[in-house]
Amino acid sequence: MAAFWESLRLALDGLKANRLRSALTMLGIVIGVTAVIALVSFGQGVQDFISAQFESLGSNLLFVFSSAPSGGRLGDIKLLTMSDAEALTNPLLASSILRAAPQFDVFSLVVSGRNEKTISVSGVTPAYQHVRGWEAQFGRFIDETDILTSARVAVLGTTVVRSLFSDGTDPVGQTIRINTLPFRVIGVMAQQPSSGFADENEVVFVPITTAQTRLGRARQRDGSYQVSFITVQAVSEAGMENAASEIASILADRHDVEYRDEQDFTVLSQSELLSVVGSITGLLTVFLGVIAGISLLVGGIGIMNIMLVTVTERTREIGLRKAVGARHRDILLQFLIESVVLTVVGGLIGIGLGFLASVAGSALIPDLSLRVTGGSVALATTVSTVIGLFFGIYPASRAASLNPIDALRYE
Amino acid sequence: MLFRRNGRQKQNVAHLQEDSGPQVVIDVQGVAKTYQMGEIEVNALRGISLQIHRGEFVAIMGPSGSGKSTLMNILGALDQPTSGKYFLDGVDISQAGDHDLAVIRNQKIGFVFQSFNLLKRTTALRQVELPLIYASKAGNRHERARAALESVGLSDRLHHMPNELSGGQQQRVAIARALVTEPAIILADEPTGNLDSKSGTEVLRIFQQLNRERGITTIFVTHDAFIARHTDRVIMLRDGKIVADKRVESPLMAGEVERPSEMAELEEIFRQTYDAPRAEFT
Ligand SMILES: Nc1ncnc2c1ncn2[C@@H]1O[C@H](COP(=O)(O)OP(=O)(O)O)[C@@H](O)[C@H]1O
Ligand SMILES: [Mg+2]
Repeated sequence: MAAFWESLRLALDGLKANRLRSALTMLGIVIGVTAVIALVSFGQGVQDFISAQFESLGSNLLFVFSSAPSGGRLGDIKLLTMSDAEALTNPLLASSILRAAPQFDVFSLVVSGRNEKTISVSGVTPAYQHVRGWEAQFGRFIDETDILTSARVAVLGTTVVRSLFSDGTDPVGQTIRINTLPFRVIGVMAQQPSSGFADENEVVFVPITTAQTRLGRARQRDGSYQVSFITVQAVSEAGMENAASEIASILADRHDVEYRDEQDFTVLSQSELLSVVGSITGLLTVFLGVIAGISLLVGGIGIMNIMLVTVTERTREIGLRKAVGARHRDILLQFLIESVVLTVVGGLIGIGLGFLASVAGSALIPDLSLRVTGGSVALATTVSTVIGLFFGIYPASRAASLNPIDALRYE
Repeated sequence: MLFRRNGRQKQNVAHLQEDSGPQVVIDVQGVAKTYQMGEIEVNALRGISLQIHRGEFVAIMGPSGSGKSTLMNILGALDQPTSGKYFLDGVDISQAGDHDLAVIRNQKIGFVFQSFNLLKRTTALRQVELPLIYASKAGNRHERARAALESVGLSDRLHHMPNELSGGQQQRVAIARALVTEPAIILADEPTGNLDSKSGTEVLRIFQQLNRERGITTIFVTHDAFIARHTDRVIMLRDGKIVADKRVESPLMAGEVERPSEMAELEEIFRQTYDAPRAEFT
């Protein structure tokens, strides 16, 4: 036990005596651990943010997309259409469905005076504002008449207002051009509390019929009109599952799907969508983790290199220690402790820097609340200890196996 | 009075002397050591046998390369013989494993080197504590190290680094380090080799007092015949063999007898060489 404390004290003294060398040696570990801490908290923050976003979408939502059937054969896939959306609100077939809001997005150039912006313009129906629980703050939202007449009217999000009407004019009643066609601005949406990744306020809404006929080519060979996706609101939280199966059976009927693997659409609930996104961000986290791991590995090799140099430099000291009675295990322990002290101190500095990085990240992106969890601190500490042991064992056993006479004679 | 008497140990020695003479602590039987230098074999020791009793004060002399250091390293359990036996306290350690040798070095032997071998940037006190760190029952390390330094007259240098001490003081720190575990044997390979004669005499005086007052068996290598005259016994090596093993009639007390001046020694040589051939010339 005396030898343990002596070694610990010696290691810390050595660290202080060779500050620059120790700092350079620890750099790899510091960078690796900082990366681990920062990336884990970043990944966690993104995940939290995304779930918050999905929760703010509205309640009890299901999303319906066109998708390639798992059985292959892309040829006769039927895209989702306006009539599909209408069918989903048939109260006889779909008793668990409250609303269905079809949407058709067209990437377009939006111009007002000298300001312009390329943005995805969303063709929607009045149902949209109910499904999303999001209303126009000034003017009005798109109504049934606009849909029926394919009116050239637009409702803008606040970010779009800021960039197109940078001089501060009231946009309501002004005319803007979307893909050169003139549209009258009839409303401005309420500000959505979000920023950072996807700015929800960066939107332009037009009647879906207008988007399908004047902005994009949504007309199919059979005369129906394609939609990008349909947002379905179930009557209640408990009705979510029923709603999903009602959607599946209605669409299967309409799309002539006999077997499940011919299904040319996908129904996702909010939580399923969340887990899909989660698995993507999870993959990203793993990828970043691998990079951090490589940096830790490089750091470990640096530690091994310096420890080998240290053992050579201190050959006479090792000889003397053995001469006064240090056993193989005493010397082994001494040098193992030194390398573990290097990696653990490096790890602690890394945890500190990672913490600072996540605080800075939170300050820069207010919507991301980056937290350093106890789990990631424990992980970083364990990993740096293990690295110290793993890369320290070879230099330490070289030191411990030295013959005292040869070591004392070493110049 | 720098030295404390170790009453118990003295008593034991006296007791043993009464019934069977002093006990043999070191018993070397036909020890040889061969170094392999590539193709060439170097026979550093060629069959050494010797016995040393508890409480003896022995000088080993011999020309450079005669195998003195090799023998001392084997006696000190730092190295092992190629052949032959070495009984330390009645136990043959010529085949002992590394772990056992380390424990023996720690508990039974104090080794002093010609080049001091102190740790850099380490205070005298911590240098002396070092062997206790590896001891199984260390007791109060601080106090024991302090006492050891006091017994070599360095109680006012506890917190000095090696580079703040003279050569003689550094060697005394090294002696305190050898002493701190209270070993039965102290081995020193040319302990005065790097010292001026005044510091050398001081180191010698310490060895002599440790031997007389604590009964510590002491063996050291020296080239200096005047220093060897302070011991009980002189063993002479040449080419890896013992060529002489003599008792010293009346050992000198360190510091009491003036070292013969260079002039006096020269005159002595002069007188001898002058005397003999004179007859031939006439
Ligand atoms: N490690 C070694 N390898 C090879 N030869 C050695 C080694 N140590 C000592 N020797 C040789 O052994 C002989 C005795 O050396 P040593 O015991 O150091 O003599 P001394 O101490 O009396 O000067 C010398 O010839 C020396 O060169
Ligand atoms: Mg020698």
